[in-house]
Amino acid sequence: MILTWLIVEIFAGGILAWISGRWSRLWPRIISLVTLSVHMVVMIVLWVHYFGPMSPAPHSAFVIETSHSWIPQLGISYHLAMDGLSMLLILLTNFLGIMAVACSWNAIQERVGFFHFNLLWIVASIMGVFLAIDLFLFYFFWELMLVPLYFLIGFWGYENRTYASIKFFIFTQAGGLLMLVAILGLFFVHGNATGVYTFNYNELLGTPMSESTARWLMLGFFAAFAVKLPVVPLHTWLPDAHTQAPTAGSVDLAGLVLKVGAYGMIRFLVPLFPEAALDFSSVAMGLAVVGILYGAVLAFAQTDIKRLVAYTSISHMGFVLLGIFAWNELALEGAVMIMLAHAMTTGALFILVGDLHGRIHTRDMGRMGGLWQTAPRMGGVALFFAVASLGLPGLGNFVGEFLVVLGTYQSNTTMAVVATLGLIVSVVYSLWMIQVAFHGPNQHAWKLPDLNLREGAIMATMAAIILWFGLYPQSILATARQSITNLQQIVATTRPEEKTQAPVDAPNVVLPDEWEAP
Amino acid sequence: MTRTGWIDILPLIVLAATPVAVMLAIAVRRNYFVSTAITFGGLVAAFVMLPVVSAQSDRQATALLLMDNFALFYMGLLFAAGLTLVLLSYRYLKAHPGNHEEYWILLLLATLGSAVLVASVHFASFFLGLEILSISLYTLIGYNRMSAIGVEAAIKYLVLAAASTAFLLFGMALVYGEIGSMEFAQIASARGALDDGQRVFFLSGLGLMTVGIGYKLAVVPFHMWAPDVYQGAPAPVTTLIATISKGGMFALLLRFFTQIDFRADDSLFWVFSVVAIASMVGGNLLALLQDNIKRILAYSSIAHFGYLLVAFLAAGDLAVTAVTFYLIVYFVATTGAFGVITVLSGPDRDADHIDDYRGLFWSRPLLASVLTGMLLSLAGIPLTGGFIGKFYLVAAGAQTSLWALIIILVATSVIALFYYLRIIVAMYLHPSEERRDVSVPGVASPTEGFVLLTASVLAVWLGIYPAALLHIIPAAIR
Repeated sequence: MILTWLIVEIFAGGILAWISGRWSRLWPRIISLVTLSVHMVVMIVLWVHYFGPMSPAPHSAFVIETSHSWIPQLGISYHLAMDGLSMLLILLTNFLGIMAVACSWNAIQERVGFFHFNLLWIVASIMGVFLAIDLFLFYFFWELMLVPLYFLIGFWGYENRTYASIKFFIFTQAGGLLMLVAILGLFFVHGNATGVYTFNYNELLGTPMSESTARWLMLGFFAAFAVKLPVVPLHTWLPDAHTQAPTAGSVDLAGLVLKVGAYGMIRFLVPLFPEAALDFSSVAMGLAVVGILYGAVLAFAQTDIKRLVAYTSISHMGFVLLGIFAWNELALEGAVMIMLAHAMTTGALFILVGDLHGRIHTRDMGRMGGLWQTAPRMGGVALFFAVASLGLPGLGNFVGEFLVVLGTYQSNTTMAVVATLGLIVSVVYSLWMIQVAFHGPNQHAWKLPDLNLREGAIMATMAAIILWFGLYPQSILATARQSITNLQQIVATTRPEEKTQAPVDAPNVVLPDEWEAP
Repeated sequence: MTRTGWIDILPLIVLAATPVAVMLAIAVRRNYFVSTAITFGGLVAAFVMLPVVSAQSDRQATALLLMDNFALFYMGLLFAAGLTLVLLSYRYLKAHPGNHEEYWILLLLATLGSAVLVASVHFASFFLGLEILSISLYTLIGYNRMSAIGVEAAIKYLVLAAASTAFLLFGMALVYGEIGSMEFAQIASARGALDDGQRVFFLSGLGLMTVGIGYKLAVVPFHMWAPDVYQGAPAPVTTLIATISKGGMFALLLRFFTQIDFRADDSLFWVFSVVAIASMVGGNLLALLQDNIKRILAYSSIAHFGYLLVAFLAAGDLAVTAVTFYLIVYFVATTGAFGVITVLSGPDRDADHIDDYRGLFWSRPLLASVLTGMLLSLAGIPLTGGFIGKFYLVAAGAQTSLWALIIILVATSVIALFYYLRIIVAMYLHPSEERRDVSVPGVASPTEGFVLLTASVLAVWLGIYPAALLHIIPAAIR
């Protein structure tokens, strides 16, 4: 029941914010902030209760579950469930939601009520995606997030917003509808094989089906997740959407929407089609490596600073894809870690770029330079998040990328070696961005106000979390570990050859549990 | 005819008597309100007769009409649509100069024709219903005889509908020539005994009938009249064409072709597949090129009937439920969308250009919200009935493995988003300086407000809790 309330609270908050926007510009902001903060407190309490150091090991896969019949004619139920993985991602969603409200506190002055309505509905639908265990419900939330996102980009975005918003909508909708076909295909394959027509994930696991059916259905799911993640060559919506969206929209897109794709692969794609995914893994890992390098190289080629940050997302999400298809404990933990850390760093960079744009009204790096002299706090913060993004040890991204590469090395050495090159290119573009924007002579004689208290507080919080991820990742990984193990067991039961799949000559890295702690 | 036979067709009798009553009332004294009230009362009375009929055990009223649950359910739907139209048309007509009492007669006759269609199990009643419907539509489309595009639309409809009727009649004649009966049940049972030579004529007959039916449904390639007629006809009449006329015809298509098991012949299956694909692709692509909302909705309606044909072709357990549910959702969304157009239309012209809607959200937030909801429902976005409806159509197709059709349905739905979103975006933009004046302030009258509110509530309710309706449909139409 509490899961329902958690989602409904945010949906209701969104409606309230919209209504209050008719009279005031302040009230929508306050209502959104209060809604999300209350939610955050509840989530942290739940987190400590179920996954804290004192709490007992969970006896089932999901710690909280709620289920009601919804459309019994088609075996559709309203079925939400939370495990460690969902818990982490919902905490992330909630936190970034608060950051999105905070960073647009002054930037949005038009249609404030409707803006916050959209923002909260995006957050609520994404939480729904992370919680839904019924495939229909999952698809329902998956589609529901699109419309508010579309409005967010289309109304409050930058100069080319209409093009970007429509492109985003069409890409994601096309992927989503292919997934719908695959979901229905799975529904009927399962129904015909067992006589039970259901959209329940737990029952659909291990559906017997022929190799080619599994391949096609898996590709249907992959299409939807690959668009969201994004996987090269389905990524072209991303630079446009991220660049044209308002700051809060970019934070939500990079921090949350991309994670939805990764989550879908971890929770649904591989467990539902273990063998097809295994057959597909070399292709997927190849795409991942291409994405890592392609995204990084293109990021380096940008002159628009926001577009640069957008392209880095493609590169980083390549690591996530790599980790998911390597499918061993190290790689999966790494993928989860990257999802969280990337959301923080990229979110922070987008907020920073938004703050910068609010001051100098351009995103063109050619018109920047020497900004460190006039806004040193801003420069320092930018440097911090840039090095976090390039994977400096001691910060969250490093842990994730290191684990992914380590895990991938066990299953596919070549891919791991090539992917490591991406780490080098990321150093180049990150430092180049800092160099061009903040160092050198202040040619345009900018005189900027430095970060104010609100902006500084946002940055400090996000920096602290990145440090926490980097220095004590065990606390995060421990929450996700049980669900990753469960998912691996589900897959292992249907692919018994899993164990022998690892190349014999690869060193079998076994690390002690506490190795991540400094 | 037996006494129970008369009871069986009570709804039709009531519906046929009401226009007579309206005519008599006009002869005594012209009064707009009184004739509207009689019309409304007649439709309510016809609606109330439906449960009376459903209590009957034998509902075969002569060889022509079968008042089974399927017919009664669809009649209920048509009568409800008729009632909505009365509520929608009242203020709209009043704003136009001239006498409008005859409009109700035509509206009632159109509803009657469609109701006969859904109950017909015989070529004679099929043709009768179709003609009652068509002839009232000729007049209704050109109802605003001062409007040049209105008259043009009426002539266009008249010529094309007459031609299509000729195709239909010729088709019926060919089928009758081979089978020797005009009853659907006889055709279904006798078709198996046809030899190859006879089958050629039989199938040609069905093919020609498909042309006639296709014209009424405005599916590609028989769709040419639709955009012009949608644009030229007064907004409430356009609603009537989109709902009552097409809905009744689709119910007949469902009954006739399912009964004669069209899937037994590959050729018919292919004909309908090609029509479905052409409608989905053509309707959605051509809608992209339009700037007139009525024309956009005309093409969108063409595409929607393409989607419906996919489920019709599937013909599985789910198909009839899926089609019925989708039709209801489509009725609701179409009525709501045209309702908003009606509210915004004045006596000079209908508010049908996309520029008329620019910035609507800032001047009329409620109307804009309703139209947004209806368009999202037509586009099949969650929280609206359209989402569940489209899901059901795809499920029906997936059940019988029509993968190619499903993929096309999905791909064209993506295209459809473009033009729905275009209207929505226009409404949320700031009004431009050169905004064309809408002559009426666009305040919904109480009846219009009631219709729009009901449509919105239904669209959302069917999107969140469709289980209740999905529970009723299979029981009601079996």
